[in-house]
This record gives sequence, C-alpha cells and structure tokens, in this order.
Amino acid sequence: MAEYEAVIGLEVHVELATTTKLFCGCPNEFGSEPNTNVCPICLGLPGSLPVLNRRVVEYALRLGEAMHFDVPSESIFHRKNYFYPDMPKDYQVSQYDHPICVEGWMEIDGTRIRIERAHMEEDTGKTQHIGGGGRIHDASHSLVDYNRAGVPLMEIVSHPDIRSAEQARAYVSELRGVLQAIGVSDVKMEEGSMRVDANVSIRPVGTGELGTKVEVKNMNSLRSLGRAIDYEIARQIAAVESGDRIVQETRGWDEAAGVSQGMRSKEGSNDYRYFPEPDLVPVAPSDEMRAEARAAVPELPAAHRTRLVAEWGVADQDARVLVDNPALAAYADQAMAVGAPGKDVANWCTGEILGFLNESGLSPEVLPLAPDGLAELIGLVADGTLSRSLAKDVLDECLREPKRPKQVVAERGLAQVSDEAELAAIVDEVLVANGDAVEEYRVGDEKVRGKKRGFIFGQVMRATDRKANAAMVNQLLDERLS
Amino acid sequence: MSARLSRTDVEHVANLARLALSGDEVERFGEQLTVILEHAQDVAALDLEGIPPTAHPLPLVNVLRPDEVRPTLDREEVLAQAPAAEDGRFRVPRILGEAP
Ligand SMILES: [Zn+2]
Repeated sequence: MAEYEAVIGLEVHVELATTTKLFCGCPNEFGSEPNTNVCPICLGLPGSLPVLNRRVVEYALRLGEAMHFDVPSESIFHRKNYFYPDMPKDYQVSQYDHPICVEGWMEIDGTRIRIERAHMEEDTGKTQHIGGGGRIHDASHSLVDYNRAGVPLMEIVSHPDIRSAEQARAYVSELRGVLQAIGVSDVKMEEGSMRVDANVSIRPVGTGELGTKVEVKNMNSLRSLGRAIDYEIARQIAAVESGDRIVQETRGWDEAAGVSQGMRSKEGSNDYRYFPEPDLVPVAPSDEMRAEARAAVPELPAAHRTRLVAEWGVADQDARVLVDNPALAAYADQAMAVGAPGKDVANWCTGEILGFLNESGLSPEVLPLAPDGLAELIGLVADGTLSRSLAKDVLDECLREPKRPKQVVAERGLAQVSDEAELAAIVDEVLVANGDAVEEYRVGDEKVRGKKRGFIFGQVMRATDRKANAAMVNQLLDERLS
Repeated sequence: MSARLSRTDVEHVANLARLALSGDEVERFGEQLTVILEHAQDVAALDLEGIPPTAHPLPLVNVLRPDEVRPTLDREEVLAQAPAAEDGRFRVPRILGEAP
C-alpha cells in the first residue's frame, strides 16, 4: 500500500467587531429581532449607495501588519453574482483579484504556513427552512432575516501548506490568538464569528502533484475541524485504494454523525461573473493609515509565549494555555509584576484558577482575588506558612469571597506547623499508634516500604489537619524510620 | 473570439441570469449581444500598451465613513413591501440548491 500525505488549505471567515456594517450604518450586533438592523443599503433598495466603513479598513491593515502581508497600493471591490435569497441584491460585495492583503504568513510550531490573501467582504443574511425537518430539500418554504447581511468579514485564505488535521487546528488556534490580540474580532467559532472551510486532497508521499481537492464545510469548533479533516483524508485514501476517482465537490460535515456528505449544488453555479463594483471607489491605504495600523498591533501570541518562557520561567505548555486566554494572561502578568515567580503564577493560573473560571463562567477581571492577592498566596507557600494543599483551600475561598489569603489563614488558623519540637512529638505519637505499619515498613520490600511510608505520612498530616510542614515531616520520618 | 455568439452562449448567459428565452428571443438577443461584443472588440484593437486597467472612471480613492450607527428602517414598513412575510422575516419559495 502506498503512503499518502494530505494537502490542506484553509479558508477562514472572520466577523469583524465593528459597531456598524461594512457599507451602511446599521448596527453590527448579534441577537437582535429579525430584520431590525436593516436599511435601504443593506436591503439593496434601488438608488441606495454603499460607503465603506473606515474601521474595517483599519482592521484589515492591522491584520496585514500582524501576519506579514503585502498591502498593494490599491485594492478594489467586486460584485459576486449569484441567485440565493440570503442576499437581497443577488450579489455579494467582495474583493476578487485585487484584495487588500496578499502573500502573508504565520509560523506554526516552527513551520511557516504561507497565506495567499486576506480580503474584505460582506456577510449574507440568515435563511431558515420551514417544514421537512428544517432540511433545505424537503422544506415547503424559507424565511430570511437580513440582520447579518452586510456585516463586515475578512476572508483569510492559506496556501495548501498544511499537512495534517493537527496542524490545521494549530493554525486556526494561532490565527484566533492573533485576531484576538489585535482586537479586530471576538473570534468565537461556536457562535459563528469565525468559520473555517477546509480544502483537502491527498497524494503519494514524495510527489509534488496536487490531487483533486474536496471542500469540507460546517465545522463549528476546533475539535470538529480536526475530526472532519481526518475523516476526509481517510475517505479519500479508501477511495483511491479501491480504485475510485476523487470527485471535486463540496461536502458538509455532520458533527453528531461524525461523517461528511456531498452537498447538492446546481451545475454552473460557480460562474459568479465577478465585475468591479461601480458604486465603490478603490481603497488606497496611505502611509499614515499603514503607520497607524502598525502602532495598533500589540505583542502577538508567539512573542508573548516566548517572553513568558524566557523571562518568567513559565513551562511551554502553561505559556500556551495562558496566551490562549488573554484575560488570564493579563492577570498572570500583573501577579508576576508584583514579584511572584512566573512558574508558580502560571501553575495556579492554568490549574485551579482556570478551572474555577471555566466552571463559574466568570472572567479574571471580576475575580474577588486580585492578581496581587495571588502573589500573596504564593508568598505564603514559599515562606512555609501554607502547605500547597491548604493553599488550595485558601485560594478556593478567596475566589468566591472578597478576602485576602492572609485574612483566611488567620480566620481559620491554617498557618503551617513548622515548630520542630511540636512536629517531632506528633510524629512520635503517630509512629506508636501505628506500630503495625511501622513493623511492615521495616521488614517489607521496596514497594511495601513506599506504601507504608506514604500511609504514615498521611496519618501525620491528618493529625495536624494538614498543617504540618511537609518537608519537615519527611525529614523527621527519615530520621526515625532508617 | 468568433464574430457571432452561438445559441449555446446565449442560452448559458440567459440561464445564469435566470431568464427563460424563447427560440426567437435567443436568436434576436444573440444578434444584439454580438453587436455589443463587436464594439468591445473595437476597444480591444487599440494600442493599450502601458495603460493600467481601469476599475473605476472617477479620480477618487478612500471614500470612507465613520463607524457610527445610523437610523434603521421600521421592520413592518420593510416587510409590507415584500411579496410575503412570516414571523418578522421575508418569506421565499422553496430553495432548490445549497447556498453557493
Ligand atoms: Zn443597512
């Protein structure tokens, strides 16, 4: 059997977080009553004229800066003509052969993924199929809401440089991080503000040719993107192995069923007859606009991760988790800024604190425990006042109520017992009370010794309500059990 | 380009525009479209060396507006002008193909 490799290109549509639509002043907002954010322009009424939203150009230029794109001196809009009721004009205004951003790249785990283009376009309206279980072909009719029609999108098209589902996920995740960092979108895949289509083909390893590509749509999470690509690669290999030809088509991913299905589209429907939009003049980004965009690009996720690892000693994996959660990363940054060691801050933030945020749905800014409170807690562990285990209890209370760690320690009398004489007495009592275990420890093999030692340690912690200084207990046990 | 549009060309274009043409109309519009294309060929015959393609006749770039909300239309008024509406939305006949 031949070995195959996948060749994958991704088309990502991102909704821009503007106040208004691309060509009119209708609000760009989610969840309004149907057809309330509409005007003559986005409804395509005769005589109306579109005017480009300045902020969309600013955001596109920012994206250009962040992802190493070339920005040609002029870009223009085209009309993409098609008949489908999701656009009242029967065309979508998009960019065709002169997009605002061309030939950029992003580095994913040391591999450079080239990006062919990024262009501005308008979103379409929302159709709902009535009857027939909501399936388009069995429906009796459809209903259309044009609130989304005209909402600004950027479409970001990669070269076919991606080789696996894993890499595709990493690319989208990194892209999401960049878009979030530069503040142009809230990039929520689950809510549809980021949509990913994948073009997938396979070829025998070592050949440079491009196989027939299949487009897969409808993935609504990183997980389903990975599953859909793996499924498509396996499907194509199975087809080729059994002597079938791959048909160029568009397939829709069904997350619940874990399969994709060919989508019926009318023959010739890809003839969009693009032509320059006569109602919009070219966009020619000035040096000033370019400079403003450059100034608006903050530290990007890759640089941020590097800084956390290199300057603060944070573990790679923790740095990744932090940077994927910008608000949490900002929280951690503040705790480090007041002197807490980066490794400890990252540990608490990506462990207990992230767990609490996920469970409560809160964001870090509203936590009762401010970043300097976390630093205080870390200090209490470092100076021996709290064991790690008790520190968790203290943190838990501080995440729910506006109390400082020191206050909780005082109120609950949690300070660690580090008095050697006091601990020695407790250790001796425990050894006497557990004579059997001590005896088994003395005669046992390595495995038994490990088990009994753990048991005795646990009894000491129990006798002190977990307040015993663990390092000192270990030392005392070493002395007595050897 | 051939001097005359074929019936197939005319039928294809008519289909893209969702126009149902009779046999006579295909003939007649074919002739008219041919005249238009011939005119375009006159332009193509000019020496255009060094002249960049023009996407727009106006000497203007960067016509932009601030990202500020403007009044929207009243929904009932909008839907009253549609052939059919239901549940606050435009009602359209059964759709025969997936979104493009
Ligand atoms: Zn509008």
